[in-house]
This record gives sequence, C-alpha cells and structure tokens, in this order.
Amino acid sequence: MTTDAFDQVEPRPGSPKRDTILSVDGLVRRFGGITAVDVDHLEIQANAITGLIGPNGAGKTTFFNLITGFDEVTAGTFQFKGEPLEGVPAYKVARKGLVRTFQLTKALSKLSVIENMKLGAVGQVGENPFKALIRPIWGNQEREIEARADELLKRFKLYEKRDDYAGELSGGQRKLLEMARALMADPEVICLDEPMAGVNPALTQSLLQHVKELKDEGLTVVFVEHDMDVVRDISDWVVVMAEGSIIAEGSHASIGKNQAVIDAYLGTAHEIDLGTIELDPEKH
Amino acid sequence: MNWSIIIESTLEAMVTKNAVVFALAAIGLNIHYGYTGLLNFGQAGFMAAGAYGTGIAITQWGWTIGPAALFGIVLSVLLAFFLGLPTLRLRADYLAIVTIAAAEIIRRIVKSTQYSEVTGGSGGLNGIGRGFYDNNPIDSGLDLGIVSFSERELWFMVVGWGVVVLCMVLTYLLVRSPWGRVLKAIREDEDAVRSLGKNVTWYKMQSLILGGMFGALGGIMLTLEQQSVQPDQFFTPTTFFAFTALILGGAGRVFGPVVGSMLFWGIIQFTDVSLRQAIANDHIPTWLMDGVQAGQVRFIIAGGLLAALMIFRQQGLFGNKREVALDDH
Amino acid sequence: MPAAPRRLLLLLVALTSVLGFSFVGAGAASAQDATEEPGDPEATPEAEEAAEDESIASVVGSLKYDDEEDNEVPVEGVEISATGADGEEVAIDTTAEDGTFLLELPEPGEYTFTVNPDTIPDGISLRSEERGTTTFSLSPGQQRTVLFPLVEGEARERSSGSTKIAQVPQLAFEGFKFGLIIAMSAVGLSLIYGTTGLVNFAHGEVVTFGALLAYLFNVTFGLHLLIAGPIAVLLAGVFGGGFDRGFWRPLRNRGTSLIAMLVVSIGLSLVLRYIFLYQFGGRTRPFDQYAIQTDTIEFLNITMVRKDIWIVVVSIILLVLVALALGGTRIGKATRAVADNRDLAESSGIDVEKVILVVWAVGSGLAAVGGIFLGLTEQVSWQGGFQLLLLMFAGVTLGGLGTAYGALVGSIIVGLAVQLSTLVISSELKNVAALLILAFILLVRPQGILGRKERVG
Repeated sequence: MTTDAFDQVEPRPGSPKRDTILSVDGLVRRFGGITAVDVDHLEIQANAITGLIGPNGAGKTTFFNLITGFDEVTAGTFQFKGEPLEGVPAYKVARKGLVRTFQLTKALSKLSVIENMKLGAVGQVGENPFKALIRPIWGNQEREIEARADELLKRFKLYEKRDDYAGELSGGQRKLLEMARALMADPEVICLDEPMAGVNPALTQSLLQHVKELKDEGLTVVFVEHDMDVVRDISDWVVVMAEGSIIAEGSHASIGKNQAVIDAYLGTAHEIDLGTIELDPEKH
Repeated sequence: MNWSIIIESTLEAMVTKNAVVFALAAIGLNIHYGYTGLLNFGQAGFMAAGAYGTGIAITQWGWTIGPAALFGIVLSVLLAFFLGLPTLRLRADYLAIVTIAAAEIIRRIVKSTQYSEVTGGSGGLNGIGRGFYDNNPIDSGLDLGIVSFSERELWFMVVGWGVVVLCMVLTYLLVRSPWGRVLKAIREDEDAVRSLGKNVTWYKMQSLILGGMFGALGGIMLTLEQQSVQPDQFFTPTTFFAFTALILGGAGRVFGPVVGSMLFWGIIQFTDVSLRQAIANDHIPTWLMDGVQAGQVRFIIAGGLLAALMIFRQQGLFGNKREVALDDH
Repeated sequence: MPAAPRRLLLLLVALTSVLGFSFVGAGAASAQDATEEPGDPEATPEAEEAAEDESIASVVGSLKYDDEEDNEVPVEGVEISATGADGEEVAIDTTAEDGTFLLELPEPGEYTFTVNPDTIPDGISLRSEERGTTTFSLSPGQQRTVLFPLVEGEARERSSGSTKIAQVPQLAFEGFKFGLIIAMSAVGLSLIYGTTGLVNFAHGEVVTFGALLAYLFNVTFGLHLLIAGPIAVLLAGVFGGGFDRGFWRPLRNRGTSLIAMLVVSIGLSLVLRYIFLYQFGGRTRPFDQYAIQTDTIEFLNITMVRKDIWIVVVSIILLVLVALALGGTRIGKATRAVADNRDLAESSGIDVEKVILVVWAVGSGLAAVGGIFLGLTEQVSWQGGFQLLLLMFAGVTLGGLGTAYGALVGSIIVGLAVQLSTLVISSELKNVAALLILAFILLVRPQGILGRKERVG
C-alpha cells in the first residue's frame, strides 16, 4: 500500500509531514530517575495509518498515555490540529477527537456489549442527572445511538453478542468491542494500543480490514504493534522507538533495512528476523 | 423464652424506625458503592448533616419542618463537595479514609461543649419538629394480632416508607438512564470511561452528592421519628450497619438496600431480644453474658456479617452469581 | 469451601479464648459501670418523653468535664438558676450525682441561666467566665438542653498570648511523643498497604489487641509490665503473622479484590472492637505499674515524668531499628522491593508471601508496642487503637501511603499538629487539625511527602 502523502517525506526521525494532525516537541516523561519518554520532534500525518513499533520498554505506551492526557509530561509540548494539548485532562482530549484504546483491554465486564457501545457516544443529553430522570428527553437520542451501535456491532461481528456481558467475551472479541466503542466517540485520530494482541488469527484479518476502512472513512490511525506482519500489512508509515526516543521513521520497507532499528532490537532479543516474525519474543 | 415477644419485636424492627432510616442510608451507599464503586465510609456524617441541619434550623431558628429538612440536605451537599474535592481524583481507598475520618470529626464537633449552644453538645437537641406528629391524620392504631402499631408509629411508617419508595423510584429512573450507565462504567474501570470523553471526577462528585443526600434524608427521618437527635447516633458503626444492610440485600440493585435494611434489623433485633430473654430466664449464665454485653452482640454480628458476605457472597442474599463471576478477570 | 473459613474460625476461637475469658472478671465488672457503650441508635432520652405533654418549658442539661483520658466525668452539687426577663429568679436546681439538672420554667419566654461559680468543686472551672451564663427564649412546651463547658484546672481561654507561647515546648514534646506512638503503630499499616495493597481498617484493633494482651499479663496474671509488655508484643506478632497466614493469604489466593478485602477489614474491625468491649468493658483501666508517676522532671520549660522519657527513647530505638532493617537487611530490602513493584520482585526470586508474613508479624508487634505506650499515656481502653486509626491514616497518607519512612515522618507531623492545635482550638477538637492536614495534603500532593508520584486521573 502506498500513499501519496508520504512521497516527499524523508525517512528520518522527526521529519515534517505534508498534512500534520498531531505534532510533538521535546516531550519528556521521567519516573523517578528513569526517563521513559524523550521525543525530540514527531509529526503524525493526517488520514494515514502510522505504526509505532519498538522493543519492550521503549516507551510506546507511555507515549500514548502522554498524548491522550492519561499521564503528565515532565517537559515538552504537543499539538493536536495546531491546538496545544499538554495539561488537558484525558476526557477533554477524547472530546477533541483524539481517542485511544488500551493495551490491556478495558471492556466494562458487568455492562452488556450494547451498553458498552452506547457509553461511547458523546454529547448524550441523558448523561445529565436531572435530564436523566425524564426519559422522553433522551429517549430519541438513545434510539439513534443504539442504531449506530448496532450498525458498528454488525460490522465488527459482535451483533450476536450484543446482550451478553462484556466480561463473557473472548479476549479478541473484547479488543474488537473496545475498538468499536472508541469509534462511537466519533474520533478524528484513534490510538490503538496493540489492537491485535490476543486476537485469534481467524479474526486478525477482519480486524485489519476494519483498521484500513477507518482510514478510508477519513480517520487517522496510530497504533502500537509487535506483530511485524500486521505492521507491514496496514501501516503507511512506521515510527520506531527505543529507550524512549524515536530512532527511525519511514516506510516499513526502509525500516527493515535501518541499522539503528536492527541494533535496537538485537539489544533485547536474539531470534530476530525482522519482517517475518514478531519482533518481541517476550510478548508470548 | 417468650417467643411471641421475640417474633413480635423482630417483625416490628423490620418495618419501623431503624429499618426506614437505614434503608435510606443504604440507598445512598448503593449509589456510591453499588453503582459507582465509591467507598464512602462516612455515611453517618451525611446522616448527621441532615439530622443536625434539620434540628438546628427548627430548634434554634424556629423554621418549619420543610425548609429545615431542605437545609439539612443542603448541608449534606456541601459536605459531599468538601470531601469529594480532595479525594475523588485519587484511588478509591483515599475516599474511604477521608470519609470515615470526617464522619467521626463531625460527631465530635456536634458533641463538643464548644458549639453546644447550637448543637446541644453531648445531650443533643430535643423537641424537634413537633409538627410532624401534630399533623398526624391517622387517629387509631393498628392491631394485626402478632404485631400492633400505635397511630404515631403508623404515621411515621407511612411517611418514612413513602420517602423510601420515592428514593427507590428515583434510583430506578437514574440507573436506567445514560447517567446511570456512566456511573456503572466508572465502577468497572474509570480510565475506560475517561478515554470516551466523560468527566469521571465530576460524575463521581454527582454520585457522592446524590448518595449523601439520601443519607441525609435518613438522618432527617431519624430526627423526626424521635423528635430529637444525639451525636453518638452517628458514630462509625452506624455507617457500617448501613453498609452491611446494603451488601446483605445486594449492592447495585434497586431493592437491595431496602430489603437488606429490613433483614438486617430483623436479624439484629431477633438476636438482641433472644439473648436478653435467655439471660432473663437464666438460659445464659451471667458470667458469660449480662444485659449490657447482650447489647454489644449486635456490633459483632454486624461486623461478622459484613466480613462474611464480602468473602463468600458479595452479591448479597439475592444477587446474581453471573455478575460476580465476571470479577475474576 | 476451602480451608480458609476453618482456619479463620480457629483463629477467632484462639483469639477469644486467650483474650476473652481471662477478662471475665473485668467484663462482669463492666456491668456495674453501666458501660459507656456509645450511642445505641435506639436510645431515646426519657426526659424528652416526659416533656411531651407539658405545655410549660423546661431546660435540662448536665455538667461534665473531660478528664485527660477523654472520659466524661459528671460534676455533682453545682447550683444552676434561671432568671426571668424581669430579673427574678424563677427556678433553681443542683446537679445530681450524674451531673444532670432540670429547671422547670413557669411559662415560655426569655430566661437567663447562670451557674453559681462558688459551687463548682476545686480543680474544675468554667471554660471561660462568660460561658457561665447564657440567655435564650423558650417556646411553649419546648425543652432545651443547655451546657456549661467545664474544664479541669484553670480556664484555658483565660490564658493570654504570652503564656500560649510558653506552652509551645510542652505541647511540642507531647506532640512528638504522641507522633512516635502513632508512627510505631502505623509502620505496619503502611507496609501492609505497600506489600499487599490492602488498606487495613482493622489495624487499630491490632494496636488495642497489644495493649489488652499486656493488660492481661500485667493486671490479670500479675506479671510486671516490663515482662508482660514484651510477652504481649511477641504474642501480637505471632497473632499478626497467623492472621496473615490463616486469613488474608487465603483471601488473596481466592482472588478477592482489594476493595472487597478492605470492606472485610472494616467488618473485622467492628467484630474485634466489640469483642474487646464485651470482654474488657467500657471503662479505661491503668496498668499496674507506672500508671501514676508524680516526680516530674523539668527540662527546657517541659514538664515530664520518667515514663515519658522511656516511651520516647524506646520508640526512637525501635523506629531506628526498623529503618536500619529496611535499609540494610535482606528481608528489609526484599520488603521495599515488594512494596515498590510486586511483580518485579516476584520474578526476581523474592518470596513475596514470606515478605508479607514478616511484614504482618513485625507490623503487628510494633503496633502492640504503640498500643502499650498509648495505654501507659492514657490508660488501656477497648477502643484506644480505633481512635488512633484515623490519626494513623492521616500520618501514613501524609508521609506517602505504602512507604515506611513516610509513615514515620507523617505520623510525627500529625502528632505535633494534634497537640499544637490546642493552642488555637479547643482540645476536644484537636483531631480535627489532623483531618484538615490530611485533606490539604490530598489536594496539593496526593502522593504524600515522601511518596512517589503516581498517575492520577
């Protein structure tokens, strides 16, 4: 898959993009004495699928936490559509259109699948405690939301499970549910933290298809993944992190040949065959 | 052993004063713990806010019952704000620590001689809301054979259970709305809710306020029933009686706290009266237990019940096993 | 059912049998004390019932003061009078044995109520002279309670600014001593939280348990406190370890959630506390030795007795030993590792369950020391530990939940704050200061002074 958007982009860390939706400058996060994230500059291309890879402990999830407001930066700035986001609480980040999923799925176990989905919708009148008392006020909106949720559930092949508790789904189904629920929030950018982990291979293909469709619908996708097949299959652009910093950027083809990337991976793992198997043996 | 007395007082305890008061307190805790997952261990403080707010407004300022009760509820809202502000952003246990401490502090403040001009100190306030029984339209008692109620008791039961039903309806409407959905989601995983653009801290505050208001209503009903209020009625075990009642009946369901409160006071009264009967009839030797000690058994039962339920039957007596099984993930 | 309930039952039986029936004498005695079982929610003052049908107004009240142990002591034989608006005395009563009085007023209206200061016994005085009279109006049939606040010694509010400053060293010393007692009791609370994630609301009962064990060996069995104390501490440690082994570990293994365990600990706290009350009675009781020491020592404007010095010295030694053990020994380092990151510690070969067991045993032993010292300072009470619990929470949270050093620092700050706050607020309300500090620290630095910053929402 090639995209014109990246034709002119240099494959080096921090390279400017043609149409940047998210940009990061001097982003640092320290825990005690350990620096978990230290990113000089990064731009994310709008309406593209960007894969974020790197060995364990590279700071990928922390990076996600930072840009979605789930963690506080030690230093640095970042902008979403040109608007500064640092210090903005997570829920406001989500409302602005930057929505995430979690590495360890956060399907709400004791809510039914359809309730999980409906929760995702933003701007619900019935979420005000006073209006909540009077069903006619929110009933119509609820029906619209439910219709949209059913639509998505069918697309994600979860419709048959719609009235089950989310806690009764398999691990892969929960991943699907979480992604579908995030879509209910009408995001512009969706950050997927290991969307394929634990998903059974039969489901993987359809899940990948969904991710690609998101792009066709105009969304920007950023995802963390360990499975290089997946990365090669769907990403337009790959960003590699190691020890908190960005060490390489480029198409997956250029990344596979990048010496810095190979060294970074070799530092943590031995059975390495970039591009064929998973880069992260510890994940098993 | 006079079994008819035991049965009579047990049945009576299940429908009168304490059952009503603690049903309301537990309905509040149900909003907190059952639906939102908040650990409010200071419900007694909210009850005290309602009771003393009402009591002070009536006895000191000469207000009528309605506005006075409203004042008590306003106080409980302020208390919720004060407690929620520093704690709701934090992990669940901080709220537990701060609320249990706050409730104890409130009890000490109203008990202290320093403010006794307003609060009545350790003696509390008397002569609160005479209008409550003066307006009693019921002019004769009710004798059902096993149990009988005076017209005063009947009047309190009508009003008290009326308030309980109202609160249940309110809870029912709320938890089935999108608002209730957000609360239940917060109970499961607040980060997930945050990631979907909901202001979790603010919803928790709303929950704390609402549940605290129900608790205050419990305190108000207590005050009206006895026409007085004493500070030690709001000591820490009061909160845990309500908590035990809630878990017993089933947290996270509308009827849970009400059924739980009735059962709880039934159990407490049954053991209490049985023990006293047994002591009076020399079935229990006084070296093992005397009358004062019999009165302490209720606390041991309440605590033991709470611990046992949390270990073996978190869903309560009538809860849904399927939901609890989902916890193991 | 797994072995858990059987073990629990065994444990509780052991606990009650050791503690329980040896106090039978004490328990029986409690009946005559008409124990201060607080606030039976059912209790309705009979006076109120009596006033029900009368149209005249009345005023009731009781004269009491709180002694050093916070016990209410009624004052008998004090004259209280009511004067009408025209200056005529309309009622007079003298307080009864229980300190109560009742003034029946001929008609509604405004009255002034006055305590006759000459009838107040020596050694007790009104909190302030202005509070000896009060004026208010009564409506028909109304019964009001009026309180005249009494204090032991001279009226405190009379003291001027300069004498307040003079009190600072004394209060600071008492606060420091109290802080050390809180710290010792709280080390276990904090480390149990750090290693298991459990906020143990029954930790106050561990403190009480230690004091009661010491009382048992000291007063009931007649051993000298210097022997009874260490026995109690050792036994408390054994019980603490057994409690973890027989109760909490099975719960952890069952996968009981932390929140559920927290609520379980609340239930246990209630059970234990009232078993203590059941067996020990509601009165506070002194140990056989060191209860009263009269030969005071003056030092830098601080008046103290010998036991104060010993409490401070022994506490500091024990706390330094704890700090050294955490820093230097294998088990201490392992404890910190587990508190830091349980999974990491486990994968690096640390026997986490063993660490937790040790933490429970040592923490309970230290809590017992705290309980005994508390009993030496304030006498032994069935709820001494519970009253300390809120202050322990304040101290532990202040210092950083889960850290041992934090518990020390935070507790001492809380001890100082509680005592020094009596300079500006009534001593009845001194614990309020601790709560306010707690709320403030949660607002500005929720991880505590020494805690590491955790991500918060």
